[in-house]
Amino acid sequence: MAYFRSHVLVSIDPVCVQKGAYDLIHVLQDELVKQGLIDEVEVLETSRIGNPDKEGPDLMVYPEGVHYTNLTVKDIPFLVEEQFLKGRVAEAFVHEAEENLDEEFSAPRSKEVRVVLKNIGVIDPLNIEDYIALDGYMALGKVLTEMTPEETIQVVLDSGLRGRGGAGFPTGLKWRFIRAAEGEPKYMICNADEGDPGAFANRRVLEGDPHSVIEGMIIGAYAAGSSQGYIYCRAEYPIAVQTLKIAIDQSRNLGLLGENILGTDFSFDLEVRMGAGAFVCGEETALMASIEGKRGEPRPRPPFPAQKGLWQKPSNINNVETYSNIPKIILNGAEWFASMGYEKSKGTKTFSMAGDVKNTGLIEVPFGITLREIIYDVGGGIKNDKAFKAVQTGGPMGGCLPVKYLDLPMDYESLGKAGSILGSGGLVVMDEDTCMVDIARFFMEFTQDESCGKCTPCRVGTRRILEILTRICEGKGRPDDIDTLRYLCEEINENSLCGLGKGAPNPVKSTLEHFLDEYEAHIYEKRCPAKVCKSLIRFEIIDGTCTGCTLCARNCPANAISGERRQTHVIDPDACIKCGICEQLCPYDAIEII
Amino acid sequence: MPTVKSLDDLKKIREEALKKQQMKETSGKKEVIVGMGTVGIAAGARETLKAILDIIEEDNLEDIIVRQTGNIGLDSFEPIVQVILPGQEKVTYGKVNGEMARKIITKHVVGGEIVKEYKIEG
Repeated sequence: MAYFRSHVLVSIDPVCVQKGAYDLIHVLQDELVKQGLIDEVEVLETSRIGNPDKEGPDLMVYPEGVHYTNLTVKDIPFLVEEQFLKGRVAEAFVHEAEENLDEEFSAPRSKEVRVVLKNIGVIDPLNIEDYIALDGYMALGKVLTEMTPEETIQVVLDSGLRGRGGAGFPTGLKWRFIRAAEGEPKYMICNADEGDPGAFANRRVLEGDPHSVIEGMIIGAYAAGSSQGYIYCRAEYPIAVQTLKIAIDQSRNLGLLGENILGTDFSFDLEVRMGAGAFVCGEETALMASIEGKRGEPRPRPPFPAQKGLWQKPSNINNVETYSNIPKIILNGAEWFASMGYEKSKGTKTFSMAGDVKNTGLIEVPFGITLREIIYDVGGGIKNDKAFKAVQTGGPMGGCLPVKYLDLPMDYESLGKAGSILGSGGLVVMDEDTCMVDIARFFMEFTQDESCGKCTPCRVGTRRILEILTRICEGKGRPDDIDTLRYLCEEINENSLCGLGKGAPNPVKSTLEHFLDEYEAHIYEKRCPAKVCKSLIRFEIIDGTCTGCTLCARNCPANAISGERRQTHVIDPDACIKCGICEQLCPYDAIEII
Repeated sequence: MPTVKSLDDLKKIREEALKKQQMKETSGKKEVIVGMGTVGIAAGARETLKAILDIIEEDNLEDIIVRQTGNIGLDSFEPIVQVILPGQEKVTYGKVNGEMARKIITKHVVGGEIVKEYKIEG
């Protein structure tokens, strides 16, 4: 009797026949002959597989049990090549359950309030008329014709707007400082150097609504008495840079930038400066050094930029989102803005949601909303219905908050108390399969990489922390490691020059506080509870569940799996590189991580 | 456009821009908007936009305005295409490829029937 390694069942349900099932069978057989597979793959006819009314003709491939639908004759050569010759599933034709589709496309985002993102998706960013039609530059008009600089500052102060770059300093106060400072010219700077992994709010605003940032800056310049501005944006954001340049040209051509704006004696102009995308250049003193053409290294403060900033002149630095709020505050009033938000944090905040959450993307919600509302109501919950484990707020300098903080109201103070930061609004959601030691190691790798190296605590300290964390993940942790980590965190935090160093220990500190048991399991039991750290896990095939389909053995890149067809296979632990491909592929869940 | 020399000039421009938009609305023109931020482009929005323009050209369709905009925030659904028919609510479609774009143009933009299976709720 001939032996076939694979069987293809083609539905010859009347509907499928009408849709060409028999043609499919003929072409399939021809193609198998052509590829020399006709002795290995048997084509069979069967009654009904899926719902042929909707998707037929249907086809089922065993032993993998893959269900293909919507096939036409011309798809067959590709399918045969992928499925039988290369042994991988042709994703494009795999049957997709309809329920999933509906579920996936229903995104409840009811708790969003859009102020900064109001125009995005509504206007064409490359068309200044679109912006003007929606009251664009009207706030500038109001300020220049009806308000003094001091009144403008007062409105911003009364609104309670705080810096959206992370530090949360009152914007109006910052403007008052630069106005009072001595020296000419004064510079207005926009920090658009968004370096946090997992944060993309600034890019989104610059690409989608560049004029709101430009208008906010002109208003700020009027309030501060500045005549020249710079937008510092990283070269990794080419579309944002391009959009900004076009928008600046349009404003200038219209006379909204340059000499005697709106016929008044106020003049202000703006330039985009590109940075090479170093994380430390988001730090204001390093950013100014970079604009000056120097190495992007921070310097001690004071003197603060308001006194001695760019080229030793008074300078004001705000984030993209901060500036974008300004026109709306001027038009709608300080009270309107202050009515939104929570205690000392007014207005709305954008969050870049990433990680193991169903709906990733940018959202804007009022301050005071809880993490639970953000993750479950706006974000749609955890992917694949897994359990929530932690959320990291504020980028690589933020802390990882566990379940007990889900009802924490989001604002600058509450997050600070919980041992994290608001930062630039990055939210990385992690599910139960995340190893917190590994995560701490990952973020330390990032900050260690991005440390500019100017000060020793940051340069050497982060290196030491990374070494220890790597050792723990490799199962070589030592009992005194936890104390050493705590000591290093304190020292780096207290003695570093800038925010990068001061914040660098946060992921380690917060995971030590909330997930100490995971560190202990790694160190004392040589065990990774989340089964992530490669040195501490092994893959095994469960006897009895394995059908001997050979799928794992055929796909193992290290040839570590062996076994007879239809017999339980085994993994050679010495040859296994723990890539996990076998576990992902096994259709019978017969591979276990121990 | 003339240079703006006063607040009144700016207001005039706003009125004209508004008028243009209203004309678009009352002239029975249909609008197709494609999200062309970084995320959209990475997800294939350029191909989707090109497909839409090709369809309009191939089928000699008239009175359709194709516009670009930034990312609206639903990253996991990019490329995003929105359709506004005169006098109707904006409809947002997610994960639109060239093939889906054809269906959206022929069925919804031309035929007036919303393609429910591609639509994003909320």
